[in-house]
Amino acid sequence: MTYIAKPAVRNPALPKNSLGLTRRDYEGKISTLCAGCGHDSISAALIQACFDLDLPPHRLAKLSGIGCSAKTPTYFLGAAHGFNGVHGRMPSLATGANLANRDLVYIGISGDGDTASIGLGQFVHAIRRGVNMLYMVENNGTYGLTKGQFSATADVGSKSKRGEVNIYPPIDLVRLALDLGAGFVARSFSGDKDQLVPLIRGALTYPGFALIDCFSPCVTFNNHEGSTKSYTYIRGHDLPIVDLIPPRQEITVDYEPGARQEVTLHDGSRCVLRKLAGDHDLNDRAAALALIEEHRRRGELVTGLIFLDPEGQDMHMRMNTVETPLNALRYEALCPGAETLASINAELR
Amino acid sequence: MPVGRCNEFVVRCANVNGTGSSSANALLARAFYRMGLPIAAKNIFPSNIQGLPTWYEIRVSEAGYTGRRGSADLVVAMNPQSFEEDVASVCPGGYVLYDSTKSINTARKRDDVTFLGLPFMGMVQQHTNQRKRLLFKNICYVGALAALLAIDFDVLTGLIGEQFKGKERLINQNVEALARGRDAALAAFTCPLDFHAERRDIVGDKILVTGNRACALGCVYAGATVAAWYPITPSTSIAEAFGEYCARFRVDEASGRNKFAIVQAEDELAAIGSVIGAAWNGARVFTATSGPGLSLMSEFLGLAYYAEIPAVLFDVQRTGPSTGMPTRTQQSDLIAAAYASHGDTKHVLLFPSSPKECFEFATVAFDLAERLQTPIFVMSDLDLGMNIWLSEPFAWDDSYRPDRGKVLDYAVLESGTSFYRYLDVDGDGIPYRTYPGTHPARGAYFTRGSGHDKYGFYTEDSAKYRENVDRLRRKFETAARLVPEAALEAAPGSPLGILYFGTTAEPMREALEGLSQRGIELDALRLRAFPFTEGVLRFIECHDTVFVVEQNRDAQLRTLLLAEAGIAPEKLVSILHYGGLPVTADFLIGSILEHVTPSMQRPTTGAAS
Repeated sequence: MTYIAKPAVRNPALPKNSLGLTRRDYEGKISTLCAGCGHDSISAALIQACFDLDLPPHRLAKLSGIGCSAKTPTYFLGAAHGFNGVHGRMPSLATGANLANRDLVYIGISGDGDTASIGLGQFVHAIRRGVNMLYMVENNGTYGLTKGQFSATADVGSKSKRGEVNIYPPIDLVRLALDLGAGFVARSFSGDKDQLVPLIRGALTYPGFALIDCFSPCVTFNNHEGSTKSYTYIRGHDLPIVDLIPPRQEITVDYEPGARQEVTLHDGSRCVLRKLAGDHDLNDRAAALALIEEHRRRGELVTGLIFLDPEGQDMHMRMNTVETPLNALRYEALCPGAETLASINAELR
Repeated sequence: MPVGRCNEFVVRCANVNGTGSSSANALLARAFYRMGLPIAAKNIFPSNIQGLPTWYEIRVSEAGYTGRRGSADLVVAMNPQSFEEDVASVCPGGYVLYDSTKSINTARKRDDVTFLGLPFMGMVQQHTNQRKRLLFKNICYVGALAALLAIDFDVLTGLIGEQFKGKERLINQNVEALARGRDAALAAFTCPLDFHAERRDIVGDKILVTGNRACALGCVYAGATVAAWYPITPSTSIAEAFGEYCARFRVDEASGRNKFAIVQAEDELAAIGSVIGAAWNGARVFTATSGPGLSLMSEFLGLAYYAEIPAVLFDVQRTGPSTGMPTRTQQSDLIAAAYASHGDTKHVLLFPSSPKECFEFATVAFDLAERLQTPIFVMSDLDLGMNIWLSEPFAWDDSYRPDRGKVLDYAVLESGTSFYRYLDVDGDGIPYRTYPGTHPARGAYFTRGSGHDKYGFYTEDSAKYRENVDRLRRKFETAARLVPEAALEAAPGSPLGILYFGTTAEPMREALEGLSQRGIELDALRLRAFPFTEGVLRFIECHDTVFVVEQNRDAQLRTLLLAEAGIAPEKLVSILHYGGLPVTADFLIGSILEHVTPSMQRPTTGAAS
């Protein structure tokens, strides 16, 4: 719907957050994606989550690679800097950006081709380092911009729009992230805003690497009968496990006794989790892997927050860098000066 | 080169790699330096950890020539694998010092050199540990050389003391090994030899340092806070030395925390990606790599060029193509670096020729990268980067402040100054930028490698696209005015010019003197940057013929001159050295003599600029 401009006049009755900002202040340009694209729902969920968390829009940074997913940072948080880099290399850009300024909130947007194929190496190493960011995979199992080739997350037996059947097993990014030590691992569905928005809020507040592998049906190339990434297929197999309520909103709902779990993170913040199903232990990595495997065998999808490590460390903690962002250190605090240089010269004689 | 001169000789140590020989040989090199003598040290090593031949050449030159000479007056032949080849490399009238513990095949001996056999392995039998035997055997031959070449024994023991400070037992064992070698040589031969060292006071306050260490230190002084790299010979020691200096000078005293971050990336793509991400976010950041790494970085370099993000790269060139000879030197990445990436992409290159210039060009590179908002390549090579060089000491002006370029801060944005990312406000082709997170309402923009107009918006419109890339071309013209001007190293007023860069500089100094003695005068210009400066173009214009000397097969600099400066091809005569070893003065003299004809040497027309 790219030809319809957003109205410039704002409704004065729009609700405001504690910064005095409305949801509109978190929006970006009009989307140029296909009408009904799951990615647009994810953008809307990101806008809602940032608004809910009272994040100053300009203190976020959006990074992406190449593909349909990579276009989306234009469509939310217009007041934030964005960086649309090269295919599969968003993680290294985010790593560098985060090294330079640890004070911003980083949102990395990627797709299944961008992450599971060309960018798998960078994805893996961003997790290994513990880059403090939300890493959102807008996963539709297909290459949209090049018109419908299978991606590495497509399920065996899934049919392409042209009728081809995928013969290779998928790469499960959630399992990979669990195995590599990611601190916050979730899977969601673009069509389930009630689940996705709280997950994004949790991921944005988590002080470490947070993955949301978000199924996001491609209405043009992967939403047909026979596809395992279509709206109907995913809706039919949804199995929510847990929901996450970020610290500020924790007490809004009265839970049944035993249905509420509090987790204190190492930075002092708390998460209150509302269990929706089962007795899955969120802080047990092995249990999370077993859960995924168990449901995979039954042909079911597990969505929701799958793992949360309260002790997770981010890259700066591991590297023991100073609190002040490196890009804000005064030059005088960085240069050893002429006198020291004279002694270095002396060492080299 | 005549044999038999005091303080003018080359010692070549032939060893097996992985036997600890390089530290013994470095001790030897440093001993001559401590005696006040100029030296050049070339470590010619294999791409291997243990067991293959390796050589260490030390040239002592009272005349101050610190380029590689090539031939050797004395070979220390400690490697049976290469013995024959090593014997063949000695100048007539020279010497071979070898281990006579086991008899060697005399049929392989030459009769125009003198063989000096000492039982080095026999001298270290008291050590039961095989590794220690190997290490001390090396120290024994250094002791023997002390006698043969009249090296001040106190200098050697002093260096041992510094190296093993606080470890008395090791000091004693090393000094004992030195003394054994020395005493054996004194007993067996007439010492010193006809050529040997004599103490002088020539080196003054000069230092001995590798180019890589100088680059790393330069980055510390330039205020770099982030480095992202992937290990690759011969660039690795830049990142390692940066880490070493940061650990000393960049740890916050109060908190014990680091005012730097170094990422050993998973590959060169991630290394340059992290550099670009950090630079986009306002940190001074660099990477160090070599040819294969540069190839891998190409896609990202195009992004940095087009999206206009500062990046500093140290390319320590090695012998290509492909894996090539990873432990041999070349200047063969010029075209790959100048045009790295697809599409119309051009980059700024700097060519240091000494450790001091490596140190200085680090700061120049960061200032230029941020001023021009583009990648800057510091084009070093293995010879400069990994060998120790006699260099002028590093100097620093405490009043230096980084040029962070055209960055709009909060106050400027708050004042209402309009901002569009790629607008040529000042007419120099350089736009303004903002760091992420600066201002709540102004200054945000979208950085992209896809087509964009002068306002920074996505475009597929041909006129808007052209307007922007034409400005990038103008920015490159601005770069030519900002990069370091070439250095006129000799200007006798000849119609013949010679243009060179990097590690060719030191042997060239010697070659120009040698040619002058033969009646051939050349005006000499040392290139220091690409794009070509006004001085380079004028120099070529006002000489009839210009020799272009480079260490690659395909005359890459000459190609750049033809393509970028429109020079007539017949005017530029290539002299190419690409075997992987450092270029020598003899090679340069020989090559120029081949080309200089009487008609070229007409009287000068006052051409030197």
